[in-house]
Amino acid sequence: MTTKLLHAVVSGVLGGGVYALMAVGLTLIFGVLDIINIAQGILVILGAYLSYALSVHLHIGLFTGLLITVPAMFVIGVAIQWLFIRPLTGRDRTSMSLLAAYAVAIIIEGVLYWAFGPNYVTLNASYVTSSVHVLGFYLPYIYLYGFAMAVALVLALYGLLYRTKFGRAVRATMQDRTAALLVGINVNRVAALTFGIGVAVTAVGGMVYGATSSGFNPNSGYDLISRLLAIIILGGLGSIGGALAAAVLMLTIESVVDIWSPTWAVAVFYAALVLVLTIRPGGLFGRQAARAQ
Amino acid sequence: MRARGARVARVARGTRTGGAAILLAACVVFPLMITNQQVAAIGVDTLIFVAAAVAWNIFSGYSGYISLGHAVFFGSGAYAAGIAARDWHVTGGAELALLPLAAAVAAVIAVPFGLIALRVRRHTFVVITIAIFFIFQLMAFNLSFTGGTTGLNAPFLLWSPVAFNDRFYYVALAIAAGTIGLSWLIRGSRFGLQLRAIRDDEDRAAGLGVRALRVKLTAFAISAAITGLAGALWFFFVGEVLPQTGFDAIFDLTVALMAFLGGLATVAGPVLGALILEPGQQYLTQQVTNDYLSQILLGAVFLVVILLLPRGLIPTASEKIRSWQARRRDRAASSATRGDLPAGAGPAAGSAAGLAAGPASSPAAGQTPGGRSR
Repeated sequence: MTTKLLHAVVSGVLGGGVYALMAVGLTLIFGVLDIINIAQGILVILGAYLSYALSVHLHIGLFTGLLITVPAMFVIGVAIQWLFIRPLTGRDRTSMSLLAAYAVAIIIEGVLYWAFGPNYVTLNASYVTSSVHVLGFYLPYIYLYGFAMAVALVLALYGLLYRTKFGRAVRATMQDRTAALLVGINVNRVAALTFGIGVAVTAVGGMVYGATSSGFNPNSGYDLISRLLAIIILGGLGSIGGALAAAVLMLTIESVVDIWSPTWAVAVFYAALVLVLTIRPGGLFGRQAARAQ
Repeated sequence: MRARGARVARVARGTRTGGAAILLAACVVFPLMITNQQVAAIGVDTLIFVAAAVAWNIFSGYSGYISLGHAVFFGSGAYAAGIAARDWHVTGGAELALLPLAAAVAAVIAVPFGLIALRVRRHTFVVITIAIFFIFQLMAFNLSFTGGTTGLNAPFLLWSPVAFNDRFYYVALAIAAGTIGLSWLIRGSRFGLQLRAIRDDEDRAAGLGVRALRVKLTAFAISAAITGLAGALWFFFVGEVLPQTGFDAIFDLTVALMAFLGGLATVAGPVLGALILEPGQQYLTQQVTNDYLSQILLGAVFLVVILLLPRGLIPTASEKIRSWQARRRDRAASSATRGDLPAGAGPAAGSAAGLAAGPASSPAAGQTPGGRSR
């Protein structure tokens, strides 16, 4: 029992690292652009399929393939922001951009169905199937590699945000868009680059997700986005530290509940979300709610 | 000038009533003209979605809280009707008596749902509605009384195939017409004004004495009840419900798109949106065998609507007509005498907005000379 519990906690923390990476992208986009990128889930799946196509058709390794998929997803992110999000202005900008992102998600899902079909696929490599023996249980190498890479990338994002001029511009835009504009920050460029970065990390998240999950198809995006939304709301919208903490916390709880009831483990996510929001409507580390609708 | 303004307003009201009457008459005779059962089925489906889109607009359009979880009520209505018909062995035509039950179940679900979700605003609200939607879909998959992944089958209806679509059609027409009437009444009422005050500035509305939570929750429950009713009718019409068809993420998006396309927070907008989109979508599904292509097209239409017509067809069209009329009046006034132009422009422009707002539009559209959609 103790071993099982320990195993659940370890795999929860490792999985949480990967979710943290995807959630940081989402919460960053929210903080800068004040929109919820509801397409984030399907973009993760798109990243996974890109890795899949590279490894199956061109025999490029999963980690090497990231050198191609990360820039590709960055370009896709910038293009989505430029074409569909930036033109939206006026009072309904927030709800409109959410619906625009939803429409983009539906289109990508349809394209993925068309290209890859509804069958579940997995990402395969030697380090996905072989495992290492630690503390009395076996851990596939991919969990360790994925976790290490997620931690490295989150640290890199942190460095980018808090140690560079661009990061200062991003944080200024998050705090007050108008004031940032007045001190000479090119807000549109910051927004486009942030969206690109937030989407680029989904290439990494998608690769690790595709390799660690039991299989994915274009429909997996819904499950993923609802978990990611639960994580960033729990952590408080726009709070990067909150997203990290909530990701690790939620994945750990889920994998512990999974010992008793695998079917209801997913529901724990939403139940925790509902519970936290009834007590603290702003999330665990959230800011005050906006005034008008 | 004042008399002329009143006359224009009267004509506008007459046009609206006439338009609504013509539309209703066309809907009533539609099954008599159509012998192709496939087309008749599209008619039933469209009317179900008219009711659902107008119901969505009663809450989300008027209050500004965009709900992407209305499939919860649609699915709950369908499942409530299905479970009741199965457990009480209802057969042979009495099923439609279960529709009010489905509405009641959806309204009861809306109360705790609303009490949780309506505490938060904007994005967080949208996300909570999505989260609750997924909880319901999960429950439909995993609870024993829902039939799990195999779903539920509707009891066999002892209606002849020829009369089958027609009966559903008239029930759906009654529900849709009733919902539009309710939406019109609410928009012009004190309750509707309170909802729109919440949309504009909730804290100020609360400061002025609007009991915000109670108003929002009432609108949410009304909207839920009608959506549940539509879900139950859809279930009997289609004959089965599965967790992924009853609680369908595409449904959430479709009703929102219908309201946005026609014009959010107008009475006629969601009707127009549903009348355009649902037949189009059904036609595509029948013609194009590739499901994915119709999904891609739905997304593309949505994007085009948001980017080109962000305010919807009806507000955009009414603005165009209003500016055209103002230009024409300008020209007439400048060619005749100058001076009395401003007095005439005010009320006449206001009622022109009402005229353009379509057959089923409300009197409130005429009361606000700005004619702002939201």
